[in-house]
Amino acid sequence: MRIFRMLGRSIRDAFKSVIRNFSLSLASISCITITLIIVAIAIMASFNVQNFTKEIEKDLTIVIFLNNNVTEEDIQLVENEIKSIPNVNKKSLVFASKQQVKEEMQEESEVFDTVLDEWSNEESPLKDTFQVKVKDVEKISNIAARIERIDHVNTVRYGEGMVDKMVTAFSSIEKVTYGVVIALVIVTVFLIINTIKLTISARRREIGIMRLVGASNFTIKTPFIIEGMILGLLGSIVPVIFTTYGYLAFYKHFDGYLFTQLIQLIEPEPFIYSTAGIVVIIGILVGMVGSASAVRKYLKI
Amino acid sequence: MDLIRIKNVEKKYKNGVTAIYDLNLAIEKGSFTFVIGGSGSGKSTLIKMLYREEKPTKGQIIVGGLDVAKLRNTKVYKLRRKLGIVFQDYRLLPKLTVYENVAFAMEVIGASKEKTRTKVLRALEEVGLKNKVHNYPDQLSGGEQQRVAIARAIVNDPKLLLCDEPTGNLDPERSMEIMKVLDNINKTRGTTIIMATHDKEIVNSMKKQVVTLKDGHLVNFKQKGTYIDENI
Repeated sequence: MRIFRMLGRSIRDAFKSVIRNFSLSLASISCITITLIIVAIAIMASFNVQNFTKEIEKDLTIVIFLNNNVTEEDIQLVENEIKSIPNVNKKSLVFASKQQVKEEMQEESEVFDTVLDEWSNEESPLKDTFQVKVKDVEKISNIAARIERIDHVNTVRYGEGMVDKMVTAFSSIEKVTYGVVIALVIVTVFLIINTIKLTISARRREIGIMRLVGASNFTIKTPFIIEGMILGLLGSIVPVIFTTYGYLAFYKHFDGYLFTQLIQLIEPEPFIYSTAGIVVIIGILVGMVGSASAVRKYLKI
Repeated sequence: MDLIRIKNVEKKYKNGVTAIYDLNLAIEKGSFTFVIGGSGSGKSTLIKMLYREEKPTKGQIIVGGLDVAKLRNTKVYKLRRKLGIVFQDYRLLPKLTVYENVAFAMEVIGASKEKTRTKVLRALEEVGLKNKVHNYPDQLSGGEQQRVAIARAIVNDPKLLLCDEPTGNLDPERSMEIMKVLDNINKTRGTTIIMATHDKEIVNSMKKQVVTLKDGHLVNFKQKGTYIDENI
């Protein structure tokens, strides 16, 4: 009962002082708002990047072309060799003989159909192939090189180039965003410290009297901490709206894909709510950390 | 029974000034004590040490069973709830009414509304301000403001009331009113009162026990004492 009365009092005092120091509160709130919008963008971007790199990684396949004159035994040998390499996804290993490749290609286009028909199996320029996926995409070039050293293997191909570049580009964008977010969070915390410091000095007399009449430190500190949390909460309103409606509009505008079919965006439905939740929690935490350190610094009690 | 026991207390401020030298003193429960002395005699320091605004450099101070010198910062409120404090400058909150100012002391320790109401009205009645509950401090005279401060100090039923020059800003007539209020509290509630003052008239007319300090030394502790110039 008593704790609720005290808490009620603290919340009332906190709201009062947010309104009393309105201009500074507004400065803190806008700073939190800007920070959180960027945080929200960073969160959504990094989740999307993670999502589509995972998708791409799932599809990334090594294609192994064997020499023209291999025998059945050789093929078996190569298969065993590939399976013995660590980090290779053994289940994904598929073999396609010259004949199969030829048929596939013939199905794909009529031009191939007529051209390929003229070659018998012996004179066919096509090669027997293996396709295999790896467990860890970062090691794909190593694995490819190892496979290339196996006897009877002619060439090894995987999606080098474009995919690699895209993944590195996005991950460096991610790193820059993290840097910006951390810097902004620090600035916001300092702004909140200053806001709370002003409230504390505006209420110095009241705090002194509270001390004299036997208010516990907890009672004195709580309103300021709650004030910080309120600032954080108010600051997260705009970012939450921005996240939910902004992402929805973005998703609709691009029809779920960014630039190419390769980059698939995350479905908005549960995603925007969890992001909004994270944004609110970060806002409240930033407000709390700022005011707690202000209380520790400026309320020597 | 002694409410306050002070043993070998010395107070040296950080700037090197020693305010109190080796003080020994025991104050009985229910007594009314004046602490007198000129400026720099250490009487304010003594009062401040009793409510743990200042810590003694050496020695032991026991107030109502609490070892004040060893009290941690976070536990000071436990001591403060056992005592009321009145200052020369009243220390009221200007934006609160008389009632709210007194109720403030109850609210911050988490008392219920009903309990606060009965206690605040009782305290205001004791200091004779029941008809001014809705006024703001700046609508009151100095004497009345001081009485509000006294009401706030006694609203939690403290065992001890500390007064640091409560009549310092008031004319002799208003001062006597305040003294009557304090004397009444001492008699009806049995509250122990310690009052630092340099008002000769008051000390001589009240005939209470008197602690005389001079340059940080205790020079006199007398029942029914008077203000003796040559000692100060």
